Amino acid sequence: MPQIVVPAKAGTHSSSAAHWRAETWTPAFAGATSLGLAERTSIIVQILRLLFFLMIVRPAVLFLLGLYVKREELLPRQGPAIVVANHNSHLDTLVLLSLFPLGLLPKVRAVAAADYFAGEDTTLGWIAKHLIGIIPIRRNASALENMRHDPLKPAADALADGSILIIYPEGTRGTAEKLAKFKNGVAYLVERFPEVPVTPVYLCGLGKAWPKGERWPVPLLCEVFVGAPMRWCGDRIAFIAKLEQRVGELAKLGDFPGWDFEPSAADNKRVLERRK
Amino acid sequence: MRGWFDLSPTLLTALGGIFGLLVVASFIIAALKRARPERDYTELVQRTKSWWLMAAIFTAALLVNRVAALVFLGIVSFLALKEYLSIIPTRRADRRVLFFLYLAIPIQYYWVSIGWYGMFIIFVPVYMLLFLPLPMLIIGETQGFLRAIGTLHWGLMVTVFSLSHAAYTLMLPAAPNAIGEWRDPHTGAALMIYLVVLTQLNDVAQYVWGKLFGRHKIIPAVSPNKTWEGFLGGVLMTTALSATLGPWLTPIDLRNAAILGALLGVAGFVGDVTVSALKRDLGLKDTSQFLPGHGGVLDRVDSLTYTAPLFLHYVRYFCY
Repeated sequence: MPQIVVPAKAGTHSSSAAHWRAETWTPAFAGATSLGLAERTSIIVQILRLLFFLMIVRPAVLFLLGLYVKREELLPRQGPAIVVANHNSHLDTLVLLSLFPLGLLPKVRAVAAADYFAGEDTTLGWIAKHLIGIIPIRRNASALENMRHDPLKPAADALADGSILIIYPEGTRGTAEKLAKFKNGVAYLVERFPEVPVTPVYLCGLGKAWPKGERWPVPLLCEVFVGAPMRWCGDRIAFIAKLEQRVGELAKLGDFPGWDFEPSAADNKRVLERRK
Repeated sequence: MRGWFDLSPTLLTALGGIFGLLVVASFIIAALKRARPERDYTELVQRTKSWWLMAAIFTAALLVNRVAALVFLGIVSFLALKEYLSIIPTRRADRRVLFFLYLAIPIQYYWVSIGWYGMFIIFVPVYMLLFLPLPMLIIGETQGFLRAIGTLHWGLMVTVFSLSHAAYTLMLPAAPNAIGEWRDPHTGAALMIYLVVLTQLNDVAQYVWGKLFGRHKIIPAVSPNKTWEGFLGGVLMTTALSATLGPWLTPIDLRNAAILGALLGVAGFVGDVTVSALKRDLGLKDTSQFLPGHGGVLDRVDSLTYTAPLFLHYVRYFCY
């Protein structure tokens, strides 16, 4: 495994060390005895994150959306573990994080697209990194870049540190309430950690509450179906196929209808363009 | 701010009666469990637990003040509308229209809170009806337009307009009760308790009579578990209870209370099977799992969506 350390931006103040960096998750960091500025900042950020979930995210998810969880007891209650879910909406991560007890929250991290969320100085970037606690992963990098910089390292480090990772193998939010083909990244990750359980989850309804391309969410109910945890089976292609099949089975349990009169992709584009 | 101390003794007795009933129900279930432990009472226990919770929140909202009670009912409308919009097929193009549906809730309850009857009665059936196509026209998706406008407005009528009638009973003016004992400053609260308690007890009575004596199916294509025995038994019980409670708790006299009891019994049944038909059409058993043992909010208030308008208009015409 190539050892890479993403260099901190030249000239940044040390308080920004809480920004994602590979070292943040190394055990050596966790073992530091005296509290430096970075640690203190990270404690404050952790408290902010807890408050953010307690005061804003959970009430919004429970009251404005409304959540029905089937077989919640199958969710992992300790790390390291991986939760694999379908992805239709920005709400997915907030809903999944709300399923875990607050005490576990510091351990639960969602893997997200670095190009979308990890802008250094944007508000969205700050919220995503610190309050939501995403682990940014570079997608769409060239094969050469991937050989030089292991794209899965931040996720692997988090797993090694005992985190519960949320991964969306579809790679993007895609079409509302439709399951896209899974990408292979999660198989590469599980191959490195064959002991880690992988729990399939299907989220139903969030693609209607806040689909890709819409500015605002609307209050609609959401169902969460949790499947039995899976283990590494020794083969990447077979593993992804199995995972895809499991999530697909859970998808059939959903009660909520998809879009009415959903036109073809071309028509959809026409409607969206007309609306601009 | 109104406190329990300035509620009339009748009203407090009525509230006490609700919880008395719940205590009795809980004891009966405990006795059943002891007598026949081999049977499964999970749903019954869950149901009763949910009843306790609903009664507690409803009472608390009524006791705080009128605004709290209106907010509570507004939230019930919101939860019911959200359930409805989640289970029906909607068009992607109509997401913005859904915003306006939700927005109609605070507006409609505002008309209630200022007691503007004319606006309250016309806002959803006329102005929302006329307004809702507008955002759809601007978005410009015509495929499925008729179905969308029909389903969305029907949902708004049932979950917001109908339910807000229950809220409007709070605004009815103070009057002595029919037997002339108390001049209750909170006639509205008494009327609302009367409406809600009778409607819910009618549901329970129809269910229990049906379970005990049900033989002849009444409407098998829509709701196979409903029987003539349950329906008639429920209506009879509700009529009797209404005749007993009405003149004592509210300004409704004996004759009107008996007629209202029968009306509420029948209307409650129709509301119940209407939502059943909706669920059957959509292939669902419950509208959600919001209330353990009951199903969704819409499952719980289905009969109220029919009884509330009938009750309000009957009382306004005949009892004032």
